[in-house]
Amino acid sequence: MAIKDLPREELMHPGAGSCPACTDLLTLRMTLKALGPKTVLVTPASCTASVACGYPKTPFGVPVLTMAFAAGGAAASGAVAALHRLGEDDVNVVVWAGDGGTYDIGLQSMSGAMERGTNFIFVCYNNEIYSNTGVQRSGATPFGAWTTTTWKGKVDQRKDMPAIMLAHRLPYVATASASYIEDLYRKVQKAASIRGPKYLEFHIPCAPGWRFPMERTIEMGRLAVETGAWALFEADDGKVEFNLRSKQILDGKTQRKPIEEYLELQGRFAHLFRPERDEEALAGIQQFIDREWERYKQLAACGMSVG
Amino acid sequence: MTLMFDVGNKVAAKAVQMCKPEVIAAYPITPQTVIVEELARFVENGELDAEYLCVESEHSVMAATCAAASMGVRTFTATSSQGLAFMHEMLHWAGLSRLPIVMINVNRTLGPGWSLWPDETDSMAQRDTGWIQFFVSSAQEAFDTVILAFRLAEHHEVQLPVLISYSAFTISHTMMPVEIPEQDDVDAFLPPFKPYWRLDWRNPVTFGNVLSDEYHMEKRYTMHLGMEAAKRLIPDLGREYEQRFGRYHGGLIEEYRTDDADYVLLAMASVGSEAKVAVDNLREQGHRVGLARLRVVRPYPDEDLRRIGRKRKLIALDRNISVGSGGWMYHETRSAVMGVEGCDVYGYLCGVGGRDVTYEDIEQMALKVFTGDARPDVVEWWDLKQTGGN
Ligand SMILES: Cc1ncc(C[n+]2csc(CCOP(=O)(O)OP(=O)(O)O)c2C)c(N)n1
Ligand code: SF4
Ligand SMILES: [Mg+2]
Repeated sequence: MAIKDLPREELMHPGAGSCPACTDLLTLRMTLKALGPKTVLVTPASCTASVACGYPKTPFGVPVLTMAFAAGGAAASGAVAALHRLGEDDVNVVVWAGDGGTYDIGLQSMSGAMERGTNFIFVCYNNEIYSNTGVQRSGATPFGAWTTTTWKGKVDQRKDMPAIMLAHRLPYVATASASYIEDLYRKVQKAASIRGPKYLEFHIPCAPGWRFPMERTIEMGRLAVETGAWALFEADDGKVEFNLRSKQILDGKTQRKPIEEYLELQGRFAHLFRPERDEEALAGIQQFIDREWERYKQLAACGMSVG
Repeated sequence: MTLMFDVGNKVAAKAVQMCKPEVIAAYPITPQTVIVEELARFVENGELDAEYLCVESEHSVMAATCAAASMGVRTFTATSSQGLAFMHEMLHWAGLSRLPIVMINVNRTLGPGWSLWPDETDSMAQRDTGWIQFFVSSAQEAFDTVILAFRLAEHHEVQLPVLISYSAFTISHTMMPVEIPEQDDVDAFLPPFKPYWRLDWRNPVTFGNVLSDEYHMEKRYTMHLGMEAAKRLIPDLGREYEQRFGRYHGGLIEEYRTDDADYVLLAMASVGSEAKVAVDNLREQGHRVGLARLRVVRPYPDEDLRRIGRKRKLIALDRNISVGSGGWMYHETRSAVMGVEGCDVYGYLCGVGGRDVTYEDIEQMALKVFTGDARPDVVEWWDLKQTGGN
């Protein structure tokens, strides 16, 4: 679907207190367009939960259950069970959690909800940091990135949460990006059409957290895909397919851009370039991305059986 | 009416079944597990039409329960000790969200130093979370209190979660005869849950939104009003329950032989039932002593204690401890009776960590006060062994 054909109805109204150019709220707005008003949103502690204007105002056109940081998945299980009792199985329950509320503190209850077969969509909007508390590292922060708990750059690699979700044998797992909004929209609709636990992860460039000018936000998301730092794919019943640019890369039809083109635009990686280039770290990051793509090839070839 | 002869946990589970909760989230922990096992069995057998969620931790139990209650259905869960402690964040969540959840906590000593024996510190450590707290001292009282608790929690003037605690093993695993009423009568006393508000896509509100200091104090104040309403409603609903079912266990406090008493023991949970025997024995020896068994500690029965404490000596038997301070009942009673004419409060820490407290122990503790060998300003650790320093 082209952007001009998206529903006009807004379920995410203007006035939320996010930073300008925030792609968390952009993708949330698109997600709600895709889902429609019969939706309950569960928001664990995060930017999303904090920027919602504050009582008595709200920018959301759907009911929102704010949740404790660790508890997105469990809350979804409870909400879905109650809706079932009320005869409202047709209401979408969506957890909208940051990478902290997914990769780290939220992992247990999310994994539990997946294993329990809760009929819901878990969206991880991954801005690769704890942004709400002022840019601390998370399990999704890439190697080398400056944060306020890794002043000299993160020394550990990010974990592979989509793969962890695939290992839960979910009926649908997909990654998307704020910079490829039609693809994201389609994947939300697809997730909503499937019963059972679904996992979506959106790549969310965050200008203040990553230290780049906010007007380059969409460009940053595109560069992440073009350099292969982020890959767009979906696994429908365990069958993995890469999408758009990522598919071209996987099929060898397009070359990945060098990772440096993406890194050098972000202040969080500035120490890798100035005062002098950290050749070892830069080569290490490129190697990591190369290896990721070897894994993606295997993933695309074998998939992950759901049965 | 039928007679059931079974352990406290199974009796409690029976009461829950008769209250028809719609969502139960559960996680096992001894000595509570039998409750959630029974409920799982009821659901599988079709004896209870409910959604039963096996979640992966107690934090998630309370999160799932809060979410279900926010959608407007009746919810129940049970836990114990470490499990209750693990829920702590979500207990505040339930209280601040004004969700009428009912939960049983079987009092068990907190570890490390794993132990299964009864100690009330697990419940008492949650006293500031906005939950109404009952302590019961028999299987029958547990049964009746579960039914009353749903009525109370869901009452529009209250809208607060309720915790019902009873002692590990002495109640949870002890067989006792219990009168079970007819389902129709329970249904008449406890009609289906009509939520005051609920999350509904037709009325899209944001619940738990960012709340400024402009509102937070008022929010706490309305919770406080809910607690005050509970003070009034607990005896009222208790009397209504008595009319229908013929049993009354007391209001916030059960008073036993206090009428002409010079001394009144304060106790709760199973120490409370043991203390009745001690009172009878001491009375036989000619001592004018009675018992105030605290059934409810949130809201704290300040007014009742001020009335009971007038020109009397109170002896608090705490099976819980706030290390560095002492027993909660002792301290909260002291502050409640501040300025009450002729009232002294004596305190004992007894059975802390699950050591048995017998009626003989209680008689000895009381006698020490009667003979002037105890001081109201010094709390004694009863039956303390030599420790060799700290
Ligand atoms: C139990 C608990 N620990 C810590 C916090 C503080 N906290 C709130 S949001 C947050 C970070 C959220 O990070 P993420 O999930 O990535 O969302 P983002 O802020 O990036 O949108 C933290 C640490 C909390 N609210 N609750
Ligand atoms: S810090 Fe980042 S994610 Fe949070 S509101 Fe600002 S732009 Fe959005
Ligand atoms: Mg984040």
